[in-house]
Amino acid sequence: MNKILIVAEHQDGKLNPATARCVSCALKIGGEIEVLVLAAAPDAIARAAAALDGVTRVRSAANPANAHALAAVLAPQVIAAAADFTHVLAPSTTFGKDLMPRVAALLGVAQVSDLMQVEDAHRFVRPIYAGNALITVQAPGDQIVVATVRTASWPEAKAGAAHAPIENLALDVALPAHTRFVALQSGKSDRPDLQSASRVVSGGRALGSAENFQIIYALADKLGAAVGASRAAVDAGYVPSDMQVGQTGKIIAPALYVAIGISGAIQHLTGIKDAGTIVAINKDAEAPIFEVADFGLVGDLFKLVPELQQALG
Amino acid sequence: MKILVGYKRVVDYNVRIQVKPDGSGVVSEGVKLSPNPFDEIALEEALRLREQGVASEVVIVAIGAADLQAHLRNGLAMGANRAIHVSTSDAVQPLTAARVLLKLVEKERPGLVIVGKQAIDDDSNQTGQMLAALWDRPQATFASKVEIGADKARVTREVDAGLETLEVDLPAVITTDLRLNEPRFIKLPDIMKAKSKPIEVLELASLGVSSGDHLKTTHYAPPPKRGKGVMVKNVADLVAALKNKGLV
Ligand SMILES: Cc1cc2nc3c(=O)[nH]c(=O)nc-3n(C[C@H](O)[C@H](O)[C@H](O)COP(=O)(O)OP(=O)(O)OC[C@H]3O[C@@H](n4cnc5c(N)ncnc54)[C@H](O)[C@@H]3O)c2cc1C
Ligand SMILES: Nc1ncnc2c1ncn2[C@@H]1O[C@H](COP(=O)(O)O)[C@@H](O)[C@H]1O
Repeated sequence: MNKILIVAEHQDGKLNPATARCVSCALKIGGEIEVLVLAAAPDAIARAAAALDGVTRVRSAANPANAHALAAVLAPQVIAAAADFTHVLAPSTTFGKDLMPRVAALLGVAQVSDLMQVEDAHRFVRPIYAGNALITVQAPGDQIVVATVRTASWPEAKAGAAHAPIENLALDVALPAHTRFVALQSGKSDRPDLQSASRVVSGGRALGSAENFQIIYALADKLGAAVGASRAAVDAGYVPSDMQVGQTGKIIAPALYVAIGISGAIQHLTGIKDAGTIVAINKDAEAPIFEVADFGLVGDLFKLVPELQQALG
Repeated sequence: MKILVGYKRVVDYNVRIQVKPDGSGVVSEGVKLSPNPFDEIALEEALRLREQGVASEVVIVAIGAADLQAHLRNGLAMGANRAIHVSTSDAVQPLTAARVLLKLVEKERPGLVIVGKQAIDDDSNQTGQMLAALWDRPQATFASKVEIGADKARVTREVDAGLETLEVDLPAVITTDLRLNEPRFIKLPDIMKAKSKPIEVLELASLGVSSGDHLKTTHYAPPPKRGKGVMVKNVADLVAALKNKGLV
């Protein structure tokens, strides 16, 4: 029987919804599903994890050293906790991408990155070449499987009726002091979170400046949407890097994605392949974004976006 | 201080890769190959640290097929002092790459290893973290700013929540993100100069590392196609279409 350990991602004392997406992936693999919470103050996070449908147990380890997610500090704890598991999963967010290869290497096994589909307990589908090819990979049957889960491919497991038992773990492992957290500069906003929002409006290079980008924010606010951007818009300094959507940014799956002044390079498209409906506004009728758009509108964004905002009432 | 840089050759980022109809692989004949963009950023950062006097030598490493000479000459022309080619005809997975890099670290004793955050062919995003684990040293992944002090580095990282700053003791492994720097262009005289720079060739097996397939790829498939969309004439039609789908 499979025993699957999911490493919880959390921020500011809250469970990140990416963890609930890993639970859906684990349900597909099948077996006992446990969530590991490594935090300075894990109680509220552990309770949120215990409420997720499908979770059989939560293991919670309180340690001041876990106040910030440092891969070098977390990895030995994950390994100590994972001793008799067949699978260890974490979301394919910057948290999981940083941590899990460190875990895999210490266990001497390969890692499956960006798990999209489960064929069986050791056979998975994942994307390569910016999502232009999907490969089926077979992990050795006699080894623990370490994987990151492509969150856009999996729905959030429901939270509600479940009350999985929470067990406090005392992980007796030596933790390194060679890596120290200094600061986190986050552009906190009241807008929905880009990775879990059901609507996203993104702007590209065509916006031309940070000031002009305000029309994207205004439209997003009208729609109750999160705001994203192309790499070109981030590189040009119009918006912070955490807003980049694409192969090397965030991979998202909103119900509605609105791409404004974005050409549609493959590196961008790979980030929105799973969006429900894609809308594109671009002045170039030949722009590749129109090849994937469900609704395309050709014209000058500086005229069309305010018009759209108005029309939405 | 010596800096070791991962310098992988990959399919150029502009190529739209095609899956073979029989699902046995991707079409590689005649496809343009280039240095991994993140590795050019890694090399650029190492060169800047050398120019600042922080580093004394920059060594690039490529693990792969026998024909990597021209690729490595590129990196030497950009400014690396020398190159190491670990030769193997097998596909190299991240765990193998990390084990090879560890052997080279033991041999070369660098103060810093800089690799890309991901190779844009396999999109694994693993090798740097795996090397740091095997080496038992700090990792600072997805770097957008690097400052090197006497025996430590301060690294700003692009994380989902924003920009995180870490302090790590050296030696350490850093993986690069897009905003770390803009790699320089290679000038003609540098191409000439690179011809006399040394490339050391090592057989993968001679390092005591096996390329043992950790993950077996059994099938390749193209991604599902999205249904053909429609062009709308104006904003009113767009809003009507979205209302119709219950999206606004
Ligand atoms: C290793 C690597 C990784 C990358 N990762 C990513 C990634 O994760 N995400 C990402 O987005 N990109 C990524 N890129 C970059 C990608 O290749 C493109 O360069 C980038 O997506 C282009 O951004 P853009 O569409 O905003 O700009 P452009 O390609 O310059 O497109 C601007 C568009 O705006 C239109 N336009 C101009 N003016 C107007 C106007 N007034 N009204 C309406 N339309 C207008 C133009 O017709 C054009 O189509 C990566 C590249 C590399 C090499
Ligand atoms: N075969 C290789 N040769 C040289 N460097 C490599 C190789 N494989 C991985 N790397 C380095 O590790 C980084 C991450 O690769 P990956 O883990 O495959 O996404 C790359 O950007 C390179 O710097």
